[in-house]
Amino acid sequence: MTAAVSVRALDVTLDGTHVLRGIDLAASAGEWVNVIGPNGAGKTTLLRALLGLVPFNGEIDIDGLTDQHRRAARARKLAYVPQTPVIPPGMLVADYVLLGRTPHRGVFAAETAHDRMIAVETLQRLDLGGFEERAVQSLSGGERQRAVLARALAQQADVLLLDEPTTALDLGHQQDVLELVDALRRERGLTVIATLHDLTLAARYGDRIAILAQGKVAQTGPPTEVLTVQNIAAHFGATVRIVDDPEGPVIVPITAAGRSQSGTEPGTQNGDQP
Amino acid sequence: MTEPQPAGAAGTALKASGLRPVSLIAGLVAVLVAVIAGLTIGPVHIAAHRVVLQLLDALPGVALDSGLSDAHAAIVEQIRLPRVALGLLVGATLSMSGAAYQGAFRNPLADPYLLGIAAGAGLGATIAITSNLGDGAGALDPVPLAAFAGALISVTVSYAAGHLGGRSTASLILAGIAVASFLTACQTYVLQANSDAFRQIFAWILGRIATSGWSEPVLMLPYFVVTAAVVLRYRRALDVLAVGDEEAAALGLEPRRVRMIVVLAASLGAAAAVSVSGLIGFVGIIVPHAVRLAFGTSNRAVLPLSVLFGGAFMVLADLAARTALAPAELPIGVVTAFLGAPFFVLVLRTSRREIW
Repeated sequence: MTAAVSVRALDVTLDGTHVLRGIDLAASAGEWVNVIGPNGAGKTTLLRALLGLVPFNGEIDIDGLTDQHRRAARARKLAYVPQTPVIPPGMLVADYVLLGRTPHRGVFAAETAHDRMIAVETLQRLDLGGFEERAVQSLSGGERQRAVLARALAQQADVLLLDEPTTALDLGHQQDVLELVDALRRERGLTVIATLHDLTLAARYGDRIAILAQGKVAQTGPPTEVLTVQNIAAHFGATVRIVDDPEGPVIVPITAAGRSQSGTEPGTQNGDQP
Repeated sequence: MTEPQPAGAAGTALKASGLRPVSLIAGLVAVLVAVIAGLTIGPVHIAAHRVVLQLLDALPGVALDSGLSDAHAAIVEQIRLPRVALGLLVGATLSMSGAAYQGAFRNPLADPYLLGIAAGAGLGATIAITSNLGDGAGALDPVPLAAFAGALISVTVSYAAGHLGGRSTASLILAGIAVASFLTACQTYVLQANSDAFRQIFAWILGRIATSGWSEPVLMLPYFVVTAAVVLRYRRALDVLAVGDEEAAALGLEPRRVRMIVVLAASLGAAAAVSVSGLIGFVGIIVPHAVRLAFGTSNRAVLPLSVLFGGAFMVLADLAARTALAPAELPIGVVTAFLGAPFFVLVLRTSRREIW
């Protein structure tokens, strides 16, 4: 059974700042939605509101679960991969992945054989078999990101929230992680909501893109519709050219020198798109 | 990349780092050695095997002849045993509270005195001593009562002030520092105005494991039991909290509630320990860290083992305090630091474990 997420008229005010205003966003079961937007647009706050970590007005429905439900119930529906996970010093990979079983086992109970089985299966699926006795801190960046993902998958939630899952990784590992998420989504029918800075990657992985700017959803749609030169100029203040590739638009930044050479006004050039 | 293993076989191989039997046995052996040493060594030397027989004889349904004279039996049972028991309880409580504070605040420097317990207890004791509230004994002694009240008030004020400042662990720690500074200033003022009580107050501050019969250990026992019951129950929750409030909440925990319960329980035990034995520093930091270095960082192991090794450490420190300059006694706070610091550096050097 897969879940769907629906957000209606979401408002979040943090320390007097109106961070999110009237957000409407939906993800159907098995869909991958990427949320893009400039720094400070409210992407992480949106994820935190979904997780129930910040007070909000409006409606958030996660497969029938609303904010009236307890934290553990929410954690069984929603798994979270934060942008900068806190890695406890000395914690072993096995213990770290078993943390993902917390919402199922209860805070005071020991993990069951079933919990351990899920942890082992998850570790193997993410190519971390044999890493159980290693400290999470001692892993490389790519391995560590897979360990964090393993913890989230061990939650067996239907919805996966990823906050900038590729930030600290090189290109190869960025690709590995996103491919892995895509494969897992197909295997398990996961609904994925991710924030991404890399627009080309956001166009490649995922079904739809939502642009978040100044706390509002500026546009939602398939990558080719949302990732236009105008949108990127307006919301990111970036001058780019869009190159059409069979797998989706490629966003290429233009330097100031390049701009003066081509003699076009920043933000108006439409690249390869007619 | 490692070869994937069949799930069934590996499923049984995956182990969570809990309290392993070998660690538990090591802790129990440490307690046993400390207790026997504490009962055996002193101005009158009493053979260890006779001490063991005497203890077994005291158990209900066991009749053994230890061969000790009545006087020696009295030394063991009425003088040394209560003192050893108090050392165990105070050491266990302070170590466990320290470990709990470190887990709850995710801060290696947290100790049970973080939220002003030491300063509050110090002020309470100073007021009680300088105002000559009379010489009750045991449960009616005004000095520990005033220290206990001062400690609890300071923790409560720190917690309330910390919540006003935005509920983060940092604001709580800063509130604790502010409260501690304020209370220390008050204590210094009272002290300056009553310089004749200087020596007595100073002796209290440096701490001691002193007993007059069983009243102190009996007084301490319920606080130890309550603190241990709550803190040990939350050992798994503290492991979840190790990933930070936000991620812990995303895993279904209520981080602030867990922190409040653990900190208040740990504070209650520490306040009781401070009121019966003064300000014994260092134990709450050094024992939990030594346990982490030796047995890993999971609170499922660190908390119970801090109880055992903390108790054993305090009994041995008290043994050193009363024998090193016998018949004079060293303040135990001096001994815990004097023995504990080099020992800890040794553990730090030999362990390859990453604990913080």
